[in-house]
Amino acid sequence: MIKLKNKRLGTTRPMTSTDNAVSVTEHDSSDTSAAMLRELVAHLRQNRTQLREEWARRITHAELLTAMTDQEIFSEATSVYDNYVEVLETGNVEALQAYARNLSERIIPRGVQTNEVVGIVLLLRDVLARSLFKKYQTDFDLLNRVLDAYEPAANRIANTVAVSFVQERERVIRQQQEAIRELSTPVLQVRERLLILPIIGVIDSQRARQLTEQLLRGIRTNRAKVVVVDITGVPTIDSTVANHLVQTVEASRLMGASVIVTGLSAEIAQTLVTIGVELSKVNAVGDLQGGIEEAERLLGYKVILSEEAPLMEPKS
Amino acid sequence: MHVPVLKQGEYLIASIQSALSDPDLIQLRDDLAKRVGQYRSRGVIIDVTVLDIIDSFATRTLRAIAHMLKLRGAETVIVGIQPDVAFAMVQLGLTLEGVGTALDLEEGLAYLNRHPMRKVRHEQ
Amino acid sequence: MNNETRIPIQRSEDIVTARELARGMARTAGFNGSDLTLIATAISEVTRNIVEHAKHGELVLALVCNGSKRGIVIVARDEGPGIADVPQAMQYGYSSRNGLGVGLPGARWLMDEFEIDSRIGKGTIVTMRKWVG
Repeated sequence: MIKLKNKRLGTTRPMTSTDNAVSVTEHDSSDTSAAMLRELVAHLRQNRTQLREEWARRITHAELLTAMTDQEIFSEATSVYDNYVEVLETGNVEALQAYARNLSERIIPRGVQTNEVVGIVLLLRDVLARSLFKKYQTDFDLLNRVLDAYEPAANRIANTVAVSFVQERERVIRQQQEAIRELSTPVLQVRERLLILPIIGVIDSQRARQLTEQLLRGIRTNRAKVVVVDITGVPTIDSTVANHLVQTVEASRLMGASVIVTGLSAEIAQTLVTIGVELSKVNAVGDLQGGIEEAERLLGYKVILSEEAPLMEPKS
Repeated sequence: MHVPVLKQGEYLIASIQSALSDPDLIQLRDDLAKRVGQYRSRGVIIDVTVLDIIDSFATRTLRAIAHMLKLRGAETVIVGIQPDVAFAMVQLGLTLEGVGTALDLEEGLAYLNRHPMRKVRHEQ
Repeated sequence: MNNETRIPIQRSEDIVTARELARGMARTAGFNGSDLTLIATAISEVTRNIVEHAKHGELVLALVCNGSKRGIVIVARDEGPGIADVPQAMQYGYSSRNGLGVGLPGARWLMDEFEIDSRIGKGTIVTMRKWVG
């Protein structure tokens, strides 16, 4: 059996150990590191107020977060600072990730950009690093050890916040795109139990899929029995999209609705034949008007056979 | 999970209540075979509204049920396939060909009314 | 993002367990409703293949990150008889005629990335990935 390569799942870097390893003889490097971090965290907590103020000053000076008021910046700065210190202390980024996502959710609608978020986190990293330089400037060796403990942790934090922000931003963008696509391709109910889906423009695979999903949901909501899909406004389709069309017809049938395709141009018909789509599976009528008439005929035909519903007059 | 089967005049209605394991589907097939014979039902509605997945096994079994019930003189209609499920099915190429489908219970009954099962001497 | 879940696949009940677990994981990754159904259905198909042909095997699920993209990786492995002609098995017509269901080609269409590694007498590993959005 071929073994699957052990792929690393995720992009996080290894965290410096913060275990309280009880060392019997001399200290090992992970013990030093843990002690360093503890001292570092203590220092950051003690000097919280002035470091936070220094950071807020730098943010304003760099003209970041201009969309937010001073109070808002201060309040978020406090939360970020405390989260930052907590990650240094515990090595656990989950709380930070949750906070970063939550913060992103709030500030993205305000127009805050990625460079601002990355910018402020890097500024905090700088402010804290400078304060470490200042504190340990008399002991170069000690300063190096402190930085050895601090740097990987600080970089991991910056990475975590940036990634969380970007993921949230992408989620928002996808939602907006979805909403735009839905608005631009309405599913229309024009008669009872009859839906019309006019498709305009060139459709790609993603849009085709979205149209199908919209249509199927529309069939359920409107309890449609017949759907007229009009592709008069579609110049060409490739084989992927043609397959989507056939799938739409079949999926609609699974939901009890029959589909009439109208506006099939000669070129598109030729494309369908070339790729091997069985045109007999597709109920195609010349134009939209003809399609609606055919749909009414189908509905009327069905209604006649049932006892309760009234007869439909044929369209004159 | 047992599927309740109700009698409504000449028809039977099987309402699936939760996710079905393979043995549950087989059990349903046997139940329906028995009751169609017992009540001489002319039509069967299988309501799958609750199912969030219909895979190849479920599709094969539903088709087998419809075929078997037809041999026993009953028309089958599957109702309540959800949009996401219908979409996944066609992506997989599962078509339920040869089986009637309708939107919901009401449409299912209308379907059976429109497709009365005639007693035929020979199977086509 | 290292949460990895292993599910032994032996009986048909395990198929339902596997797809429900996968659906839950995929939901936390941020997949929308329609994708959840596709993922659960793909898993139903490949685990069914294990139950029917290999008698027992394992499904491994994990959430993954690639930069800012989130997704799910699904590995279905077994030590069954293996598939003699993989390209042939990946064709719809062949699969359904020969009792392989629509498992493999179907799953491939539903997922973004798909790899299959099969050796006669040794077993099969199917690796699939799907990304959010």
